[in-house]
Amino acid sequence: MTVFALLFGVYIDARSKDPALFTQSQAALHQAYGAINTLLLLSSSLMVVMAIRAIRGGVRDIAPYLFVGAIVCGLGFSLMKFFEWSDKLSDGINPATNDFWMYYYILTGLHFFHLILGMGVLTFCWVQSRKPSLDARQFAFVEGGACFWHMVDLLWIVLFPLLYLVK
Amino acid sequence: MTRTGLLRTPISLVWLGLIAATLLSWWLGSNHGVKSEQTAGALILLVAFAKVRYVGLFFMELRHAPLALRCIFEGWCALVSTTIIVMFLVV
Repeated sequence: MTVFALLFGVYIDARSKDPALFTQSQAALHQAYGAINTLLLLSSSLMVVMAIRAIRGGVRDIAPYLFVGAIVCGLGFSLMKFFEWSDKLSDGINPATNDFWMYYYILTGLHFFHLILGMGVLTFCWVQSRKPSLDARQFAFVEGGACFWHMVDLLWIVLFPLLYLVK
Repeated sequence: MTRTGLLRTPISLVWLGLIAATLLSWWLGSNHGVKSEQTAGALILLVAFAKVRYVGLFFMELRHAPLALRCIFEGWCALVSTTIIVMFLVV
């Protein structure tokens, strides 16, 4: 999170050196992609919270479905990101186009890398939630996995306004 | 706890609030509501970091965490949000 915080600062600093270029380049982004992805990650986070509550609260049979729901939201995010990147690359917009696009690809790419790791972690949580019982250590791992997924959500919550909305 | 009881928690309201805040940011970022782009930008960033805090406190359960851990998170939110918003407005 601290590394991302530094990157947010580096981005704002770079933007301040050429705000016109950043605003003009940003206009080529579809805000709807970023907004829908935010809604997907927030919903996936809620499902993960509910899955943890289900395991704790003795209704654990529903937890695997909630983890699957969260993974599906993650896949939805990936699909949107695939469309968005393909769209931009087919228009000839790549990381070498200008500074805005370099930061756009670096920040969204780094976040996407964490999202893929997060979906692996959620798959682990899903496997664990299907077991008839979990000992304290196993449940602590599931809680840790849930926390990692929330961090992926949290970082996107800042990246979306930073890259798509703030002019 | 029952299955429907899973949703009967303040966390569900927090989720609704986060969805509303996202839509508000999107609206502000589409040149609505506030004329000055700088003011709109600062508001959007403020809303974003408020959302981060709520995700940490309610989804990551840091509101029930040991004080030291909660302080580290609250400190991160305060420091990063202030730095980013001041940099946005001043630099």
